[in-house]
Amino acid sequence: MSDKNGYTADEMMTVAAARMIRNGATCFVGIGLPSAAANLARLTHAPDTVLIYESGTIGTKPPVLPLSIGDGELFETAEATVSIPEIFSYWLQGGRIDLGFLGAAQIDRFANINTTVIGDYHKPSTRLPGAGGAPEIAASSKEVLITLRHNKRAFVDKLDFVTSGGHMEGGDSREKMRLPGKGPTAVITDLGILTPDPKTKELTLTSLHPGVAVEKAVEATGWELKVAPQVATTQPPTETELAVLRDLHARTARAHAGNG
Amino acid sequence: MAHILNLKEAIQEAVRDGDSIALEGFTHLIPFAAGHEIMRQGRRDLTLIRMTPDLIYDQLIGAGCASKLVFSWGGNPGVGSLHRLRDAVEQGWPTPLAVEEHAHAGMAAAYAAGAAHLPFGILRGYLGTDLPKYNQNIKFIECPFTGERLAAVPAHRPDVTVIHAQKADRQGNVLLWGVVGVQKEAVMAAKRSIVTVEEIVDRLDAPPNAMVLPSWIVGAVAEVKGGAFPSYAQGYYPRNNAFYKQWDPISRERTSFQAWIEQHVLGTKDFAGFKQSLEEATTRV
Repeated sequence: MSDKNGYTADEMMTVAAARMIRNGATCFVGIGLPSAAANLARLTHAPDTVLIYESGTIGTKPPVLPLSIGDGELFETAEATVSIPEIFSYWLQGGRIDLGFLGAAQIDRFANINTTVIGDYHKPSTRLPGAGGAPEIAASSKEVLITLRHNKRAFVDKLDFVTSGGHMEGGDSREKMRLPGKGPTAVITDLGILTPDPKTKELTLTSLHPGVAVEKAVEATGWELKVAPQVATTQPPTETELAVLRDLHARTARAHAGNG
Repeated sequence: MAHILNLKEAIQEAVRDGDSIALEGFTHLIPFAAGHEIMRQGRRDLTLIRMTPDLIYDQLIGAGCASKLVFSWGGNPGVGSLHRLRDAVEQGWPTPLAVEEHAHAGMAAAYAAGAAHLPFGILRGYLGTDLPKYNQNIKFIECPFTGERLAAVPAHRPDVTVIHAQKADRQGNVLLWGVVGVQKEAVMAAKRSIVTVEEIVDRLDAPPNAMVLPSWIVGAVAEVKGGAFPSYAQGYYPRNNAFYKQWDPISRERTSFQAWIEQHVLGTKDFAGFKQSLEEATTRV
């Protein structure tokens, strides 16, 4: 599975996303890639980060990655578990979340995301799961991280459906719409890291993972990708990061293969 | 006071064709046994309300019980699509399915308003999303005190709510714990309610401040051991993640789904029969 670097592009993506979580942050975690990254952060540099899942589990420390968002291991290791109306109103809409962490099926240049439909809403070519907690996580968290794989099906010029608002039409349009949080601050992919331009809010390629050429990221983007004048190279995963991540995935695979 | 019934009687009494019905339980305590009994009794034209349709509504939709779905996240968590839900939305099979789509925060507000018998719920939500363009039940209002723009959704008032819980006593008081989701709100919002439980006991021995639904707000209680399988019941059995993964190939094609539902649900007389038939099929392979 590892490529010539000794790690896969997905592992690099998860590690790069995990590093974005500062220790002690309250983090509202989406399922899938965000959950892996958030738990890697907790198990490495950010032991005091407070992981919150939309099932109402607060300060949870799952020993394996949950398959769903309300699994028993989240409850058993949580500092507190509250009801769904409470988690969404008191905690999320109440402005107590530092960092919302989301995945997506599609993203546009202003980091708006789609997890609802591909094609026409009433006659979709693909019906995706829908919003879940994402619109309010994207709106109310103080800042938002998004992680997804980088390709032209995902990075599109125009979303078929805006499920969750990022920087809307760019510039100060998010602020004008009165979304409470400041919106996406980074998009972490398997090729690199994109951050919004401070003024236009258009996503700009600011870091490439080791061995990835600029052209590859440009080619994988469905719009004319802005590239920073100086593109950094992401630090490759450390041995510790890789070991902890692989161990987490191995434990998870064992747990999910059985009846548990 | 809640009536203690068997599940078949409870569903017969409470669930009618054309009802709006909420089978709630957020990943945890999903009332699968009750869902199967609704399929066996051949209920039709139901409006299914649930935050996360999960496998339970995939089955009810595929079995032709539903004409409308009110929901906020419709996938097989961590696995992929709900194929029966997608087939109904994309191809109208086995019958067309109208969809009213929300975000979780909107569903939560609608249930909480329903429990309070308020006409609508408010939330700091639905900003920057296209959902209000496609759902006429999402509106915006101005706070009369601060002028803040807030979203409003009509209260959920299902004809029937069904939940699963760990315990009830012989008077029909219900105790649940763990991830408690919107179950209390969904029961209190409904006109009629059924709670299936892992066990009926002499004494609940509920810790202080535990979530207890007093008997007089519950319609019927039915004991169904293991009734949340393949989801889980905290303190009783874990989530059967392997089954959630197996559901993907079972439900992918109409024929494989129909064979499964005929053999294990429609062809069995109750949930114990379902579990036994599933076990026999597994050991035969």
